[in-house]
Amino acid sequence: MKVIFKTSYDNDIDLHEDGWARGRIALLVVVMAALPFLVGEYYLAEAANTLIWSLAGMGLMVLVGHTGQASLGHAAFLAIGAYTDVALMNIGVPWIISFPLAGLATGLFGALVAIPAVRMSGIYLAIATLALFVIVEEMVILLEPITGGVGGLMAPSIEIFGVNFDRYTNLNNFYWLCLAVVVAVTWLYANLLRSPTGRSFLAVRDSEVSARALGINITRTRALAFGLSCGMTGLAGSLLGHYIAYFNYELFSVFISINLLLVVTIGGLGFIQGAFMGAILITAVPQLIAILRGTVNDLTGIDLSVLPGLDTLIFSAILIGFIIYEPAGLWGRWLKTRVWFQLFPLARRDMFRRQKSYLKTERQR
Amino acid sequence: MSLLEVEDLAIHFGGVKAVDGVSFAVEAGEVFSIIGPNGAGKSTIFNLISRLYKPTRGKIMFDGRDITPLQAHEIAPLGLARTFQNIELFDHSTVLDNLLMGRHTHRSTNWVQDMLFVPAVRRAERAHRRKVEDVIEFLELEAYRDKLIAGLPYGVRKVVEIGRALAVGPKLILLDEPASGLSVEESQEVAYWIEDMRRDMGLTVLMVEHDMSLVTQVSDRVLAVANGQPLAQGSPAEVQSDPRVMAAYLGTEVYT
Ligand SMILES: Nc1ncnc2c1ncn2[C@@H]1O[C@H](COP(=O)(O)OP(=O)(O)OP(=O)(O)O)[C@@H](O)[C@H]1O
Ligand SMILES: [Mg+2]
Repeated sequence: MKVIFKTSYDNDIDLHEDGWARGRIALLVVVMAALPFLVGEYYLAEAANTLIWSLAGMGLMVLVGHTGQASLGHAAFLAIGAYTDVALMNIGVPWIISFPLAGLATGLFGALVAIPAVRMSGIYLAIATLALFVIVEEMVILLEPITGGVGGLMAPSIEIFGVNFDRYTNLNNFYWLCLAVVVAVTWLYANLLRSPTGRSFLAVRDSEVSARALGINITRTRALAFGLSCGMTGLAGSLLGHYIAYFNYELFSVFISINLLLVVTIGGLGFIQGAFMGAILITAVPQLIAILRGTVNDLTGIDLSVLPGLDTLIFSAILIGFIIYEPAGLWGRWLKTRVWFQLFPLARRDMFRRQKSYLKTERQR
Repeated sequence: MSLLEVEDLAIHFGGVKAVDGVSFAVEAGEVFSIIGPNGAGKSTIFNLISRLYKPTRGKIMFDGRDITPLQAHEIAPLGLARTFQNIELFDHSTVLDNLLMGRHTHRSTNWVQDMLFVPAVRRAERAHRRKVEDVIEFLELEAYRDKLIAGLPYGVRKVVEIGRALAVGPKLILLDEPASGLSVEESQEVAYWIEDMRRDMGLTVLMVEHDMSLVTQVSDRVLAVANGQPLAQGSPAEVQSDPRVMAAYLGTEVYT
């Protein structure tokens, strides 16, 4: 097993525990950046889609994974991000400005609605965010001059200093753009987690009474988490708009909210990596099902496309499986597997079994 | 002027008078203990002082300031930290992170600086870490520094709770049954720590404890409560020999 010799407090403050870890991340980014030269158009577009889902997943992870609040309304924030961006571009604002503004506007909106919503928790908050989603959906339809109403609208092509990043004509550029945004947001998120702000989020998640007794303002902290979460989701929404290119309110259905929840729970609650794992799964599974359908059809002649609920069924089965057998998600499973190999052959079966908490019965909320 | 003054404090939950007219004053630099049978209202007094509960009646003064109208999160910055009887640690974080969370009142950077991790954040983190390392050394938690709370034995968690309160850098520390569930050796250690807190760190300690040998060993003064009401106050020996206190513990009538 690898032991890291820490020689200064900076070892714990740095993002990566040692040069190896830093090198691995750098290698991953390089491979991702080289992807346009390695795969065809179809898979590159899928990769861009996965990056956008990872970004939205990170947005929800801040809220669900790190602050312990549920949201069934995140599709609404994707929508706000997408429409704000397009609306600004349509009045002549360049993308380089409209994009951050879209994130900012969504974040502010999120923080504002959070102020009444943060008094709620659990199922009540989930229902409140669902209600918010319905309101936003109606607003999108009603605000036809800006959003195109039911008919939808076309996202303008992205231009930065004369370089075109259109998703159809310059897919490579669009992909790199998504990658750059995701790398930047991931860096900001990772910084957040190693700083006092991130610790206050975890504190609010794990014990509200303790957090308050330590001087943490619960309402402020939750509103901030909500704002940051919505901001990231808004950025993802704006990229999603450009990715789909022509869209209407139906792009942001409640199923998107549910899929986002799947991303964070299956990926691994409380880990940035979990958002990526979940996003890969959620974008890969429909592809795998399509391939499976084809294979079954070729082999047996049975046409599975007459079963429209197959995707949903498989997703639900995966989700239930994870909740029962691996609540830590894909990333948690990977961490355990890694430790098992590092300790081989000394790993014990009950190593990851959590010790029961004592005397938690009288917990005050 | 006393560091903490509690005047005619009361809280009623429906018909239950959990605390009913308790007054006491804790002087700077002393160890003050509250004793009483189960359900006497001791933890409720702590929750009132840390403003987790809103009193029905009464007033709480800390360091010359009326803290009764304040909110719970406004208490710690004044220099008042506490532990919980039922251990309220952040279970999914390491011991180190739990202690760093105790430094919240001393944070000097905002969330924008934090996300950009500007040099000031790193400097502040190093400073927090040095403070936290002092606590780790004092409570001998070195072996557990990077362990998750969820996997720690009960005794260690109790110590981490004390550590997190010390990391706040308080003037007054409230300890709710610091020795409950600990072995004789472990509670002896708690006794030494309390003495060191007062002597070396200049802390004032307000403690709730059932272990009478610990109370007698470290306390300057003791307040006994039962059914939310004060019974007796004075030196440990005086309070222990008070007939009303004995009656409350043994459940017998007071014969006079
Ligand atoms: N939030 C609450 N709602 C209703 N009743 C409460 C609440 N908090 C405390 N009580 C009641 O107040 C009384 C005193 O409780 P408290 O926890 O303060 O006792 P205690 O002296 O700390 O006892 P122990 O030694 O068992 O810790 C009990 O009857 C309890 O049921
Ligand atoms: Mg108690």
